[in-house]
Amino acid sequence: MSNVAPTVVRQAFRTCSRRPSYQTHPSATSRITSCIASRSQGRRSYVSESKPAQATVNIETTIKADQRAFLNQTGKRPQDEIMPTTGMSADAMMSPAAGTTSDCFIKFALYADSLCLGILKQATVMDEGTRPIYLDMQATTPLDPRVLDAMLPFYTGLYGNPHSRTHAYGWETDKAVEQAREHIANLIGADPKEIIFTSGATESNNMSIKGVARFFGRGGKKKHIITTQTEHKCVLDSCRHLQDEGFDITYLPVQNNGFVNMEQLEAAIRPDTALVSIMTVNNEIGVIQPVDEIGKLCRSKKIFFHTDAAQAVGKIPIDVNKMNVDLMSISGHKIYGPKGIGACYVRRRPRVRLDPIISGGGQERGLRSGTLAPPLIIGFGEAARICSEEMEYDSRRIKKLSDRLLKELLALEHTSQNGDPQHRYPGCVNVSFAYVEGESLLMALKDIALSSGSACTSASLEPSYVLRALGNSDESAHSSIRFGIGRFTTDAEIDYVLDAVRKRVTFLRELSPLWELVQEGVDLNTIQWSQH
Amino acid sequence: MSITAAAAKGDTGFQVRSLYRSLLRQSREFALYNYREYAHRRTRDAFREHQGETEERAVQELVQKGLKELQMMKRQTVVSQFYQLDKLVVEGGKTGKQTGKSGGIVRQKDQGWD
Repeated sequence: MSNVAPTVVRQAFRTCSRRPSYQTHPSATSRITSCIASRSQGRRSYVSESKPAQATVNIETTIKADQRAFLNQTGKRPQDEIMPTTGMSADAMMSPAAGTTSDCFIKFALYADSLCLGILKQATVMDEGTRPIYLDMQATTPLDPRVLDAMLPFYTGLYGNPHSRTHAYGWETDKAVEQAREHIANLIGADPKEIIFTSGATESNNMSIKGVARFFGRGGKKKHIITTQTEHKCVLDSCRHLQDEGFDITYLPVQNNGFVNMEQLEAAIRPDTALVSIMTVNNEIGVIQPVDEIGKLCRSKKIFFHTDAAQAVGKIPIDVNKMNVDLMSISGHKIYGPKGIGACYVRRRPRVRLDPIISGGGQERGLRSGTLAPPLIIGFGEAARICSEEMEYDSRRIKKLSDRLLKELLALEHTSQNGDPQHRYPGCVNVSFAYVEGESLLMALKDIALSSGSACTSASLEPSYVLRALGNSDESAHSSIRFGIGRFTTDAEIDYVLDAVRKRVTFLRELSPLWELVQEGVDLNTIQWSQH
Repeated sequence: MSITAAAAKGDTGFQVRSLYRSLLRQSREFALYNYREYAHRRTRDAFREHQGETEERAVQELVQKGLKELQMMKRQTVVSQFYQLDKLVVEGGKTGKQTGKSGGIVRQKDQGWD
């Protein structure tokens, strides 16, 4: 009985709740008691049987049940809500047809509307969601569903260790890993044997720079490394560590448009230079460096050339042989693949010798020991395959969206683009809004996921070192925002962003006393600010 | 020619149109806005790109590719429906008004900008 009673009561409640509300309570309670009574007279059992339909899992009904649960949990529908003090449902209050009956009623409805807006501010009925638009594709990209589809079998059933040579579990995983390696090699025009899997572009950068420097610096002959000031933090930090180990580092300045000056680079090369490390596409301003020329120069001087192509691979055509690159860093999550996987291209002819950072079982030609992560690698490989297949379609679309965004943003007054307008990857749009604080604009654009620079430095309020290296003033670097456009960005999102930026930049400028001065025609540089 | 007869005869045009319709229908099932839009757009553009394809073999290869994509989408839409998130700010029209009974969700709106 103790098992039966709850279900019976629940059933009774269900039948009662379906009845119209004008029925009175006494009859309802009598119905409950009659339900219990009639049930308890019948078959007695300790286990209530479940319907066969509920005993099996059907995907469609499960999804529907899930969606229903989601609806219940998220909130209430307007037609079910009774507005306070009116006795009308929220749906009726909001309907424009509500006002058609009479003038008096319209007035009442308007009054009630304004009243309930105050009360129900926390629960505005909205068809639109509240999740921000994602426009930070330089930080990371969403995982392509096709990639997840390739990965899932390796999370559910095919769990073998690719290094196991003694059984089929290992063989099948190894085959898939080698296939993924081939896809990645095809994307950059390399040989599959030259691809070394790492945990990401940061590890690849560390491995390349520290590896080459330590291997060739051992004899004390080659102790010099050249890099630029606009590199990613992980390259700069690796170089700083090498400096502590006694290496000599040259940080080349860049021109105003973000390019490396080739003459300066040639002048910086010394007989004891071991490595030149210059990124292909800058992560903050999207400038494409003249990698072909740098590669040719380095090859002629017999210096190894490393390029950080995390932002370039899969987005612009890359051929390591044409570019004369010796080492290249690639990241999985920048090409719509999974996070936590990357690769390093290490040239075999002429051979690049590295001192491995991680030593162990000798996997990956002994350069990066440790068991590989097959699901991630297969996802990475699939992402690379999709990128090489879709590159033309994607770049055409990204170019179109980017051109529209840039044109409309630059149409606003006192805005300027950072980086070279011609030689850049269109998916990265970096714009300075003068007389607006970048961080406050980011706060004002809470419904758009943006960043003022690299994700690694977004926690600090320091102005971007990349923009400072371009020669921008502190104010200009502070007021810059980076828009990242990718494969999944839609036209509607660009419209929304343009509208939001236009409105909120104007709003923030209205608040600013500096903007008032500028409107009056005062040159801000001539003002003598009083010292405190 | 009736639909069943066309299907039985293996009419390529019918096959292709049917595949196109199923791909579009399936693309609507993605829970995430960006994937939904991309699947729809990519399907449409791919079919338009190969509109003038006349060689039987090439058409068959493309159909095979489309079928593979359809199978993938069937699996991935199910996965995406299990893990639903709140909608994006751009979804559901420009007005932000409740439309119809479907998807009628009262949401918290706290973006700091009223």
